[in-house]
Amino acid sequence: MTPVEIRAAVLDILEGIAQDDDLSQLDDGTAFREQLELDSMDFLDIVMELRKRYRVQIPEEDYPRLGSMASTVEYLTPLMKDISA
Amino acid sequence: MYDTIIIGAGMSGLAAGIRLAHYDRKVCVLERHTTIGGLNSFYRLNRRDYDVGLHAVTNFTPRGTKKGPLARLLRQLRFRWEDFSLSEQIQSAIEFPGVSLRFDNDIELLRSEIARSFPTQVDAFETLLGRIVDYDDLDQEVYSLSTRAILSEIFTEPLLVEMLLCPLMWYGNAREHDMDFGQFCIMFRSIYLEGFARPFKGVRLILKNLVRRFRELGGELKLRKGVARIRMEGGRAVGVVLDDGTEIEGKVILSSAGRTETMRMCFGSATPLPEPGQLSFIETIAVLDRQPREIGHDRTIVFFNDSPQFHWRRPTDSLCDVRTGVVCSPNNFRYAPEDGDLPDGVIRITALADHDAWRRLDEPDYRREKALWFDRTAESAVRFVSDYRSYVVDSDMFTPNTIRRFTWHDNGAVYGAPEKVLDGRTPIEGLYLCGTDQGYVGIIGSIISGLTIANRYVLAN
Repeated sequence: MTPVEIRAAVLDILEGIAQDDDLSQLDDGTAFREQLELDSMDFLDIVMELRKRYRVQIPEEDYPRLGSMASTVEYLTPLMKDISA
Repeated sequence: MYDTIIIGAGMSGLAAGIRLAHYDRKVCVLERHTTIGGLNSFYRLNRRDYDVGLHAVTNFTPRGTKKGPLARLLRQLRFRWEDFSLSEQIQSAIEFPGVSLRFDNDIELLRSEIARSFPTQVDAFETLLGRIVDYDDLDQEVYSLSTRAILSEIFTEPLLVEMLLCPLMWYGNAREHDMDFGQFCIMFRSIYLEGFARPFKGVRLILKNLVRRFRELGGELKLRKGVARIRMEGGRAVGVVLDDGTEIEGKVILSSAGRTETMRMCFGSATPLPEPGQLSFIETIAVLDRQPREIGHDRTIVFFNDSPQFHWRRPTDSLCDVRTGVVCSPNNFRYAPEDGDLPDGVIRITALADHDAWRRLDEPDYRREKALWFDRTAESAVRFVSDYRSYVVDSDMFTPNTIRRFTWHDNGAVYGAPEKVLDGRTPIEGLYLCGTDQGYVGIIGSIISGLTIANRYVLAN
């Protein structure tokens, strides 16, 4: 997957979690926590959805790298480069 | 072999089941009753729909709210806000002799009511608001403080303390007389700071949404399958034995049957078990030939108490204590214009009852006492709400026996045991509690309980 495809995949996960939010205005540089008020249970959900959908394993010490869309895509790019979209 | 077996198809069990099935766990919910819901259920009688348990959904927050338990559970369950079809309350009240405090889903009304009736307590109320602990910041130490001790330091008018406590105890306090401060904070937020709402179709709408989702995700729900025993090997739960003798294996077991009840499934009755709850209720349901507002009753919920002191104890010298009660009219919510009015006017009244005394009655006495207490409850309530008695066209009533018969909770205790197990752990590895005895009450609280325990002990591993 390319970074653009990974961004779309993460966005799809976020849309599933926060179904009442309009994510079209999401700012990639701002923390999810601030924009979407996601709590720790929701972050666990992003990790588990990535595992469920793409078999990507994210160790707990790396969770902080999923803070914003930009940092998440950057972190996932090497992990997901061999996955077909 | 299941990844997880869940005991009980109430709100917490179904919510836990949805989480686990969503993440591809093989999960089975076992329910002894013929239908779902547990303490919050529904039935049909004489061609009318009735709710049990639910008077209102607490923790109401408007569409788009991102914080609080309702928003959190919608995200966790992947539901939209609309899926619960919540309509807000009109207005509720706390009625004590000579004093009335109205409240709705905006704290400003309660604040102004306190300023009007207790002008010297305005600052104290603000102090209390500052002391209310957020849901996420409650720890065991704060949780078990005495609410009465804290409130008597803050307020100098004991009557206001009693009035504020009345709805909060009524809607979820398993302890007699006093209340854990943690429980008080949870209830204060859920009732006074968030508020009441109800789906037009009642609790069945929420339950049916939960079950549909659970099944779509591949979860198995087995009704009429009561768990007689939990099987253990080397201190670890490995499965259950059903009432009919069938054995089912599971790697993890989540039980919403209650703490005492679950321990009994492990160890039998021979070993000492934790103390079950003592507080049970009767509820009278009167169907009227008109909407309650047509006889001047437009309040959603009225919490009444007929003396300056609020008595929150199991009655000891009588089958019931009707000095205090809750009058709920499911008609009095702000339903959408396209829904209109509910087909019937309904007045539900809940009062305290002594489970053991009800259990001792033989069938003829039981019927007679039921009729008697139906009338006494109404007689007590009409001191605080419009007299609806000449408009009644149908009625039903439940007692502690009914609660016990359909939920299998010891003592027919609606709010469970007084000692809550906040982390859901039991002495047995692989067995965890969810639901009422884990610490959360109400519809939203029990759903959150199921989600939290499923996340923590199954998904996080």
